[in-house]
Amino acid sequence: MPELKMAEAPAAKPAAAPVLAVKDLQAWYGESHILHGINFQVNAGEVVTLLGRNGAGKTTTLKSVMGIIGKRSGSIRFENQEIIRASSDRIARMGIAFCPEERGIFSSLDVRENLLLPPTVRPGGLSLDQIFDLFPNLKERLTSQGTKLSGGEQQMLAIARILRTGARFLMLDEPTEGLAPVIIQQIGHTIARLKSEGFTILLVEQNFRFASTVADRYYIVEHGKVIDGFANSELSANMDKLHTYLGV
Amino acid sequence: MQALYAQLLVGLINGSFYALLSLGLAVIFGMLNIINFAHGALYMMGAFCAYFLLNIAGINYWWALLIAPIVVGIFGMILERTMLQWLSGLDHVYGLLLTFGIALIIQGIFQNYFGSSGLPYQIPDALRGGINLGFMFLPIYRGWVVVFSLVICLATWFLIEKTQLGAYLRAATENPTLVRAFGINVPRMITLTYGLGVGLAALAGVLSAPINQVRPLMGADLIIVVFAVVVIGGMGSIMGSIITGFALGVIEGLTKYFYPEASNTVVFVLMVLVLLVKPTGLTGRAA
Repeated sequence: MPELKMAEAPAAKPAAAPVLAVKDLQAWYGESHILHGINFQVNAGEVVTLLGRNGAGKTTTLKSVMGIIGKRSGSIRFENQEIIRASSDRIARMGIAFCPEERGIFSSLDVRENLLLPPTVRPGGLSLDQIFDLFPNLKERLTSQGTKLSGGEQQMLAIARILRTGARFLMLDEPTEGLAPVIIQQIGHTIARLKSEGFTILLVEQNFRFASTVADRYYIVEHGKVIDGFANSELSANMDKLHTYLGV
Repeated sequence: MQALYAQLLVGLINGSFYALLSLGLAVIFGMLNIINFAHGALYMMGAFCAYFLLNIAGINYWWALLIAPIVVGIFGMILERTMLQWLSGLDHVYGLLLTFGIALIIQGIFQNYFGSSGLPYQIPDALRGGINLGFMFLPIYRGWVVVFSLVICLATWFLIEKTQLGAYLRAATENPTLVRAFGINVPRMITLTYGLGVGLAALAGVLSAPINQVRPLMGADLIIVVFAVVVIGGMGSIMGSIITGFALGVIEGLTKYFYPEASNTVVFVLMVLVLLVKPTGLTGRAA
C-alpha cells in the first residue's frame, strides 16, 4: 500500500533536519472530518508541493499548519517545536508565512498598506527595494486600492508582503490559480529565486506543470490523507501513477 | 435671527454627541460585528464618572475628560472579555440582546441609587461666560464642546485611516483570520477597539454633563436617535459617521426653528427615506 511508503518519502537532502514535520494530522470543519491523518515533512531549503484533486484536503492542510482550522489533532512540529495547539498569531511569529488561495488582499487598504501590513517576525526580511526589484509592477501602484490591482498583481502583492516579515518558511496556496501564462512564469521565477536565497517553501498546486518547474518533492493528497510521495527526479517514473491520482 | 443661530448652535452640540457616539458604534460594529446597545448606558457612565470624580474625589472637569473615558473604557473591555467575545460568529440578534440587557442592568442600578432626576455638574470656571459674536451670543462652554468633539472625531479618523494601527484595524475588520495569521493578536485588538469605542461614548458623556445634567437615563434617550444617525450614515465609513452626526444635529436644529413640531421626528423621517433609497446608508458599503 502506498500509505506505508509515505513515511519514508525520499528527501532531497536527507541529512537536513526537517523544518516542518506533520504527523497524523486530523482536522475538522465543524462536524465534518476533513483530514484523516496527514503525514509529511519539509526540509530546510526545499520546495515541496502538495498535489491532489479539488477537495482532497491540501488547503486544509496548510490552514491547519497555520493554526486557522478550529479543531485539529496529531502533531505539527516547526523547527522542532510542537505547534498543534498554538494560536495562528503565535505560529506566524515563529516564522511561518502564509499566502492564501484567495490572496487576501484588503480592499480598505492601499497597496502600500497591504504590503506593510504583516509585522516583522524576524530580522532579515526583504527590504522594500528588494521587493520592488522582484515585483516592479507594485512600485508603480503603491497608492492604488489593493483590490484594484489585476489578479496577477494581487498575487504578487500577496507574496511580496510575506517576504518582508523575515519568515523563512512560506506556504503558498495555489499561487498560479486563474493567472495568465506569462504571469505564471514570473511567479515561477520568483519561487526559484526565493529558493536559491534559502527560503523553504510548501506549495499547494493543481497546476502540475507549473509545480514540476519549481518543486524538489511531491506529496499526493487524497481524501484527507497523504497517499504517496516522490522526488522530482523520480517524476518521469511516476508519471502514470500521477495521472491516475490527479485524473488528468 | 437670534433664535435661528441659537438653534443652529444647539444642533451643532447635539451633532457633536451624535458624531462621537456613532463613531464609536461604527468602529465597534466593524470589528466585533456587534450592535452595541449598551452604548447609551456607557455614555451615561462617563457623565457619572465625571460627577463622582468631582464630588467625591475633588478631581476637576479637565482630569475627568481624561480619566472617565479610561475608566469606562476598562469597564467596557471587561464586558468584552467576559461576555461579548463569546458571541463572535453568532447572529447579530444575540449581541443586540446581550448589550441591550447590559444597558438595562446598568441603567437600573444607577436609577436605584440616583432616581431619574438630574444631578447638576458645574461648567468649569475657565469655560464660563460667553462671547458676543455680533450676530449672536456664544456661551463659551458650548463652543468648546463643538470644537473639542470635532478635534477628537478627526483624531480618531486619522488614527484609523492614516496609521499602521488603523491599517491593522481596517484589515481585521475585513478578514480577522488572515490578519491573525500574519502574527497580529486580533482578540486583543478587538478588546482594545471596544475600549476605544466605549471610551468615546464616555468622553461624550463628560462633555454633556454640564449641559444636560447627569441622569441615569440620559443615554437611553439619546441612543435611539444615534442609532438612526448610524443607519442614515451607514456603518462603512468613519468620516461618514462624523459628517452624518454633525449634519443631522444641524438639520434637527433647523427643524426646531422652522417647524418645531417635527423636530423630534425629522431624524427618523430621514432614516426612512434613506432606507428606501439606499439601504446601506449614505456612505455605507454594500456587504
